[in-house]
Amino acid sequence: MQQKIAIEMKGITKTFGALKANDNVNLTVEKGEVHALLGENGAGKSTLMNMLSGIYTPDSGTIAISGEPVAFTSPKDSIRKGIGMIHQHFKLVDVMTAKENIIIGQPAEFFLQGKALSQKVKALSDQYGLDIDPDKKVYDMSVGEKQTLEIIKVLFRGAEILILDEPTAVLTPQEIRKLFRVIRNMKEQGCAVVIITHKLNEVMEISDRVTVLRKGQSVETVVTKDVGVSSLIEMMVGKKVELSIQKKTFEERKPLLELDEVTVKNSEGKDALSNVSFTLRGHEILGVAGVANSGQKELCECIAGLARADKGRIYFEGGNIVDKTPRDIIKLGIRMGFIPEDRLGMGLVGSMDIVHNMILKDYQNQPGIALRRGPCVAQARKIVKELDIQTPSIYTPVKRLSGGNIQKVLLGREIDSAPKVLITAYAVRGLDIGASYKIYDLLNEQKAKGVGVLFVGEDLDVLMDLCDRILVLCHGEVTGIVDPSKVTKEDIGLLMTGQRQESGDGDKFPGEGGEA
Amino acid sequence: MNLIRISKRDDLPKKKEIVIRILAILLSILFSGVIIMMFGLNPAEIFRSIIEGAVGTPTRIRQTILTAVPLTITSLGIIVAFKMKFWNIGAEGQITMGALGATVIALFLPESVPAPLKLLLMLLASMLFGGVWAFIPAIFKAKMGTNETIFTLMLNYIAIKFVTYLQYGPWKDPNSGGFPRIAYYPDNALLPSLFGVHIGWIIAVVCVAFVYLFINYTKKGYEITVVGESLETARYAGMNISQIIVTAMFISGGMCGVVGMIQAAGIEKTLVAPIANNYGFTAIITAWLSRLNAVACLFVCIAFAMLTQGGAYIQIALGVPSAVASVVQGTVLFFVLGSEFFLQYRVSLARRAAQAKKEVA
Amino acid sequence: MESFLAACIVAGTPLLFATVGEIITERAGCMNLGVEGMMLMGAVMGFVGALSTANPWIAVLCAVLAGTAGALIYAVLTVSLRANQVVTGLTLTIFGTGFASFVGQPMLGNMAPQEVIAFFAKTPIPGLSSIPVIGPIFFKQDVFVYFGYLVFILAAVYIYKTRMGLNLRAVGENTAAADASGININLYKYVHILVGGALCGLGGAYLSLVRVPIWQSDVVSGRGWIAVALVIFASWNPVKAFFGAVLFGGLSILGLRLQAMGFNVSQYLVDMIPYVATILIVIISTRKKSKESQPPGDLGNSYFREDR
Repeated sequence: MQQKIAIEMKGITKTFGALKANDNVNLTVEKGEVHALLGENGAGKSTLMNMLSGIYTPDSGTIAISGEPVAFTSPKDSIRKGIGMIHQHFKLVDVMTAKENIIIGQPAEFFLQGKALSQKVKALSDQYGLDIDPDKKVYDMSVGEKQTLEIIKVLFRGAEILILDEPTAVLTPQEIRKLFRVIRNMKEQGCAVVIITHKLNEVMEISDRVTVLRKGQSVETVVTKDVGVSSLIEMMVGKKVELSIQKKTFEERKPLLELDEVTVKNSEGKDALSNVSFTLRGHEILGVAGVANSGQKELCECIAGLARADKGRIYFEGGNIVDKTPRDIIKLGIRMGFIPEDRLGMGLVGSMDIVHNMILKDYQNQPGIALRRGPCVAQARKIVKELDIQTPSIYTPVKRLSGGNIQKVLLGREIDSAPKVLITAYAVRGLDIGASYKIYDLLNEQKAKGVGVLFVGEDLDVLMDLCDRILVLCHGEVTGIVDPSKVTKEDIGLLMTGQRQESGDGDKFPGEGGEA
Repeated sequence: MNLIRISKRDDLPKKKEIVIRILAILLSILFSGVIIMMFGLNPAEIFRSIIEGAVGTPTRIRQTILTAVPLTITSLGIIVAFKMKFWNIGAEGQITMGALGATVIALFLPESVPAPLKLLLMLLASMLFGGVWAFIPAIFKAKMGTNETIFTLMLNYIAIKFVTYLQYGPWKDPNSGGFPRIAYYPDNALLPSLFGVHIGWIIAVVCVAFVYLFINYTKKGYEITVVGESLETARYAGMNISQIIVTAMFISGGMCGVVGMIQAAGIEKTLVAPIANNYGFTAIITAWLSRLNAVACLFVCIAFAMLTQGGAYIQIALGVPSAVASVVQGTVLFFVLGSEFFLQYRVSLARRAAQAKKEVA
Repeated sequence: MESFLAACIVAGTPLLFATVGEIITERAGCMNLGVEGMMLMGAVMGFVGALSTANPWIAVLCAVLAGTAGALIYAVLTVSLRANQVVTGLTLTIFGTGFASFVGQPMLGNMAPQEVIAFFAKTPIPGLSSIPVIGPIFFKQDVFVYFGYLVFILAAVYIYKTRMGLNLRAVGENTAAADASGININLYKYVHILVGGALCGLGGAYLSLVRVPIWQSDVVSGRGWIAVALVIFASWNPVKAFFGAVLFGGLSILGLRLQAMGFNVSQYLVDMIPYVATILIVIISTRKKSKESQPPGDLGNSYFREDR
């Protein structure tokens, strides 16, 4: 009977400083099953799995693998016990080839055996239906290929227990389908597969059983086909929630920002953005969908003045700002807000407090050489109150705050300057459901005020619910601008992988002529 | 195998922080004592003599101040650069070039030019020369991302070699006899004294105030801090990063240049190749030890000056090599660097919790 | 000309040891700016060993131990205690300089014992030294130089052709990835930092025991720093390091050659050449954009597994 159970975690607790990431968590995973670990961002899912992969050690509790108690002190122990973890942020060495990445850390001959290794890799990939070029450098690979490499790496080490951490976050719908095929294949071969996710529809589609975590505790373990989505949400959040995003449509939508044939080259001379044209209007939220690295970053940075366009024009209320720096933009009085993807690395200075982060946008307009903190202290107090930011004080370094609160600081600062255009990149990444929906509400508030919001996102469901229109980028080109009420997720998925939209006028406002 | 567990601290009460730092310094003094003992000397006697040698008599106090002044100003200059995470290892060369600039004015301006004007021009020239010497690596870093550590370091050697060349060649004083040197400054190009010490100490105090106000109360100071803490955020905020790097380095080099003038016009009364006297390197230690805080820097530099003077004294009085001072200085910094770890991470003994639970159950 | 090239190799040998040593350290992701300090510690302790025992093997051993000891201080501070690598390395240099001054004081002006000097006299390799042109240049050197050849060749093979070398590269490029693959990060860092230190100590010993066998406190005089720059010049490749070291060795003796040939140029201006050249290579190396000549990705970063 014991042999059926692959993983048994009992009473696991893990604390980081003041934060109890896992509190007396229990989890049992059987061999030959796909087990989903569901919970909001910050519920403790990754922490729990990192204890299986040897990266963290539990403060208390027991772990047993195939009936045998274990105490991992390093990833090596975990690998030896047949556990393979595929992390959300890939742990691959960019400048090395696929097979080099597979062999590092593995016991092998003293001198590297190139050809023999390639053959072994090919055999393994064929067995599981995976596709990989052993001699390809990681920096040349697509996101999907990198994930495949991570999977092969783990199988090569003889993993019989696979843990996938948010594997679909960076994939197109088609790639997700491929991944699920591979997962079912592994299940049939007798592996235990744990998939960490916060996406309910995927849980319903692929898993046999689900364990829900909430605020570090294990809530319940259920058989997937016995539950519905709303009960899962209730378990995740703790109460019945009406999780819906309001979408109001406004009549008046005057053009605020217009991009015309904008082209941006990357550091290797290739086009990161190619001939991008669209119009962002007031009173609307324009979503931007696309596979990772399709040009979203360059798009946002170009508009904000951080990246130079090699070609094209960007009109803000009529004036061309394409070659203006952020400083110029501020000096011109153009009110544009930008919430970048990298919050602590770009949007804020992590080691500084809220007050000094407020100064960031404002100080240039202060006269003279002296720095005045006074107005920013008032600003800081205001946004902490208005957005209900949880912080010990306005003088706490922002990097100590939780993800959701950091985002609120960023959003608060940008909104405070009453921008006409708001550019947000992955605004809810890493935030729990409550915080995410607050952000959606805040964005809707801005939209109601007449602001034009550009929402770069990765969750297609959210994009469809929140946005008035969705622009799809693929390899730097606009493959389509669609009305979410008229298309399916699969349609968008196809646009994300390169298929072009037939009717090319998704940019026109209904009534302006052209759109069906 | 896993008895010691390391975890990152969330925050640390100020009291604990001070305790750990003081502990580090005490331990380092203890450790230096042990090293001294290994060489067959009596540490208590050594330490006492060091203090005596530093502040035992009014003359010695004056000497200590004369050492603290250049060290303080150089450290302040380095603090401005380090705040931006620009590793300026070139202070030694910037001091030398500053001295060179002052010498140009001192020796080549007509003697009749009155002292106040001459000294002012010397000051400006030293700031300019030092500033430019720092500007060069800065512009390369700003425009091309060139590694500033090696660049500034190489410029040290180039500056010193150049002055040596002048000393043995075109600027050799015909009256210098067997050992070539550059001509002495005319009397009205020398620094006047106040309270028995040349007025360099006034410049030092002014610099402390300047750096403190500059970093904490000006826009440029804020920009420098942001660039040092998060370059991407600086870019995002629209800061002109190239200009900030170059400006900060010009100030950094300029301050070091002033030290060159002070040493040339106040101590050596001429230009010699080793004018910088390793202040450029020691100042790096003091800048780091003062955690890049201008006021703390003043005290750290005074402490180091006492160590250096004390070291020189024990060489004469006890025959112990003065290099023992730099060994102690290095040890202090090692311990302080190591203590940073305990400020950031918590170390605990892992209890065998799992086993305990099994036994109880 | 031949003798000039042979002299270039001699001049470049201390640079070679230090550069290859630092390459190994940096491949593990650790930038140790204490090279000058470790070379000085190796130089002084090697000299002490020579004076005390007149045995060249013990002298070299002392140098290796001294360099390793310096590297150990650096390793403990930066790997276990996660201190700032730049400042720690600089401190090691300052400490090492003071240490060498302190310990070397009583030996100022002394010459290394005859037995040691004789051991390191030029020893032609039979057969190889008769090869036209390259024979006299490469194979009429002292044993230390020959050991240098061995060092850089072995280092290159190790880094590029062995499993452990691959693991080393992974540690330096992406420490988190290496950790997740089961590599013992701390062990790899410690070992390679110490090996790097040992090689730097050897470089210093060559200067104090062979090249200038009279003790003076500035026996290294900046070569450690040139080595740090040469690491970049060599794109972290031990073979390129050899050529760089010989080139810079040549630049440093160029002045004397020019004067011997009758050019009347100031010694001091010529002394500047290696340092100016170093700046030039640093500038040029920065312009190289190819992915293969980039520094190891995680160079200079401290690693903490549980970083959130």
